Amino acid sequence: MTNVTEPMSQDAKLLRRLLRAKDRMDAASHEPWPVRRLARVSGVSEAHFARSFKQAFGVPPHRYLLTRRIERATSLLRDTDLAVTDIAFQTGWQSLGTFGRTFRDVTGESPGTIRSRERETARSLAGVPVCILSAAHRPHLTGAVSEKRERTGAGINPSKRERRHYEPRRRNGRSLRARSG
Amino acid sequence: MSQGVGTVGLYVRDQDEALAFYEKVGFRVHTDVRNGDYRWLTVQHAEQPSLQLGLFKPGPPVHDAATAQQLNAIVAKGAMPPLVLVVDDCRGTYDRLRARGVEFTQEPVDRFGTVDAGFRDPSGNGWKMIEARGR
Repeated sequence: MTNVTEPMSQDAKLLRRLLRAKDRMDAASHEPWPVRRLARVSGVSEAHFARSFKQAFGVPPHRYLLTRRIERATSLLRDTDLAVTDIAFQTGWQSLGTFGRTFRDVTGESPGTIRSRERETARSLAGVPVCILSAAHRPHLTGAVSEKRERTGAGINPSKRERRHYEPRRRNGRSLRARSG
Repeated sequence: MSQGVGTVGLYVRDQDEALAFYEKVGFRVHTDVRNGDYRWLTVQHAEQPSLQLGLFKPGPPVHDAATAQQLNAIVAKGAMPPLVLVVDDCRGTYDRLRARGVEFTQEPVDRFGTVDAGFRDPSGNGWKMIEARGR
């Protein structure tokens, strides 16, 4: 668990500016968000930004972005008939391969599996504001996820051997559903 | 209605700043009284006189300095509970509030048969702005 006292020592004005960068990623998670861009939104140096963001929100900015993309992809899988390829590109991935791999790494399931299941349970939650729902369904990304594999060889997964293990953290999203459904 | 919630409070980092902001959004002062450093400040929505929204600054005599700093930090991180403002016309209100300098975190989106947008106050409190469904 995070040490409670340490993040609190961050200045509230700085935190508010870091929140602005987080909000911008939330609003446009399909766009590229290099640290340079995020740092500019927050008005801090690049070196300062990544460290401060992680201290404030518990995850590095890029990892946070991935959770938002997965979350958005999941809702598109559930709420639209878009092909998985289209969803991958719309949510900010450069290739279907990276999308599928990251998706499975984070959620423990394939996009197709999620699509079938989400649709069965989607309708019962219309009374909860959307932002709350999406936060409740956001994957809890506790491990590192690398997208770098894709940049060197499109569609190829050269490093299955270094595949990391992520604990699929699906219970959180599900518990809300179980209660109201 | 004679029973129910009368006042709900928000923590804000600066009460003057917060008041100016909530006036932009459509609230007006209900109560503004001081006792030394303490200021009890509440606003109400023009169309909802039964509810007061308190704009409270963490600090003495209610909080010690460390607690006040923690509360300010929690608000600034956007970690306080969500708030929902119901409006008749989400897109129109969005345009109007944006022109007044309100910081929107989400443009109006059609969802679930209504329209919603998101904004934050200067301290970090997050609001959803949802268009009332046709009755």
